Amino acid sequence: MTTITRDQVEHLAMLARIDLTDEETTRLATDLGVILEAVEQVGEVASDDVPPMSHPLPLVNVLRADEVRPSLAVQEALSGAPEAQDDRFVVPRILGEE
Amino acid sequence: MTDHPDLVRRSAARLAADLAARDVSAVEVVRAHLDRMDAVDGAVHAYLHRDDEGALATAREVDAARARGEALHPLAGVPVAVKDVACTVGQPTTAGSKMLEGWMPPYDATVVERLRAAGLPILGKTNMDEFAMGSSTEHSAYGVTRNPWDLTRVPGGSGGGSSAVLASFQAPLAVGSDTGGSIRQPAAVTGTVGTKPTYGGVSRYGVIALASSLDQIGPCARTVLDTALLHEVLAGHDPRDSTSIDAPVPPVVQAARRADVAGLRIGVVGGRDATGYQPGVLARFTEALDRLEAAGATVVDVACPHFDYAVAAYYLILPSEASSNLARYDAMRYGLRVDPSRGGASSAEQVMAASREAGFGDEVKRRIILGTYALSAGYVDAYYGQAQRVRTLVAHDFAAAFEQVDVLVSPTTPTTAYPIGEKVDDPLAMYRLDVTTIPANLAGVPGLSVPVGLADEDGLPVGLQVLAPAMADDRLYTVAAALERDLVDAWGAPLLDRAPEVSTSPVPTPTRQEA
Repeated sequence: MTTITRDQVEHLAMLARIDLTDEETTRLATDLGVILEAVEQVGEVASDDVPPMSHPLPLVNVLRADEVRPSLAVQEALSGAPEAQDDRFVVPRILGEE
Repeated sequence: MTDHPDLVRRSAARLAADLAARDVSAVEVVRAHLDRMDAVDGAVHAYLHRDDEGALATAREVDAARARGEALHPLAGVPVAVKDVACTVGQPTTAGSKMLEGWMPPYDATVVERLRAAGLPILGKTNMDEFAMGSSTEHSAYGVTRNPWDLTRVPGGSGGGSSAVLASFQAPLAVGSDTGGSIRQPAAVTGTVGTKPTYGGVSRYGVIALASSLDQIGPCARTVLDTALLHEVLAGHDPRDSTSIDAPVPPVVQAARRADVAGLRIGVVGGRDATGYQPGVLARFTEALDRLEAAGATVVDVACPHFDYAVAAYYLILPSEASSNLARYDAMRYGLRVDPSRGGASSAEQVMAASREAGFGDEVKRRIILGTYALSAGYVDAYYGQAQRVRTLVAHDFAAAFEQVDVLVSPTTPTTAYPIGEKVDDPLAMYRLDVTTIPANLAGVPGLSVPVGLADEDGLPVGLQVLAPAMADDRLYTVAAALERDLVDAWGAPLLDRAPEVSTSPVPTPTRQEA
């Protein structure tokens, strides 16, 4: 039985950039334990000699012709931005304050 | 408003013929559907957005072009609904999430471009589980859609809005998306038809991604022929989607018109008396097999032993890919931005984490966290890696089966539509019901659901699933059309004629945990 602790959920939430509430963290620890126990059976059947499959189609490096095509105008690209100024996205500060 | 009160019950093929014969105008057809939406969608809640003016404008253009004698697409003027997962210029696209509330896409999805080019008026955007994660529409941030057969039950999911508009005669055609069954399962539980085409058969450009190695766009309708007609509009190579197959579209319309199973070898996968299946589902399924045999097909049992592991593999692969795809909702370029400090002092990472907390619902968070775990160092081999190996075994099972038979069949779902709220707090119970539909997504093969009657115990629709080898989508249609013709002859009328008239008064929404 896989047990997932609250600490593990907090770490995963940090990796996934989601500020979970305490209540969500507790509930997810329980949910994940139950779900992982059910999906662990993938380890029972597939031995190492079975190749992994990432995709249904055998595609490699699908490239388009290297030609200039019309793309979104600046105003279109910015149309859904939470904040924009001078034809650019405005984002919160990236660096720390210290 | 209209002299043709039955217009909304006509098939797309019939409407196309009526329009071509000028018995009715495209404006009249659209108006009839808008009136129907006014009457019933308060109770069904299948549309998240309606575009009355846009649909009427397209209809007027089609009518004018026809009056000028221009050559038109056969479906020109036949209205369509689009799942809110596909980008539409001029209509908000939310994928059922607060993260994208009110978002107006700056471009059309390829499938939407194709609908517009063919002159199909787009009535609106249909409800869905948030980012297509769910099997009931209960995980939509905008409220549950109700099953027109019984408003206390789910319409399936994630494409429950598309299935419900068809079953409540609010559109003759709808576009869906199917990552683990989100077209086929809603079709089954609403008595409608839906196809997941071969992976790569329909462009996904401009469609909001859930799990990119599994997602496929497809057609939904009330008849097999209508589904094929829409399939032909949507399908075909698109250089803007690198997974799009550069090959001719399988002859799906021709196959639906042929409707002939004589000499066809049909394999039953999962047995005829599988445990965990509702008796009424198995009864209708078995009768359908008898009909196919009587029509000249050979029906044999086929073993696909690794399908038993498909749900487990799917619920590792899907969350892994979703956790990566949904990283784009970072509050920087579009979508919800929440500043936890409210004064601009927060860092980009703090804004990101607060926005994702506020914008994503419970099921989306659950799957992102699960996917993050399955991909994290130390676990990736045991979970994601093993799931990919199981995926190979499932694909091998299909390959072996299709050496023996031309198509596979099974019940589309283990049960009929369940009551709203029954499974929403038990994710595993809901995941397990995807057992029949998931293998096709893992292997990339096409699948279709067609109604085969009502279960005796609850009077609710049962669907039969047909699966075919990749790029043999036409086989789905010939089998389903043969079965449909036989069944409708036996019933004397389409199955949906037995659905109760939708009550026009809104039904109170049961509470969801976050509501």
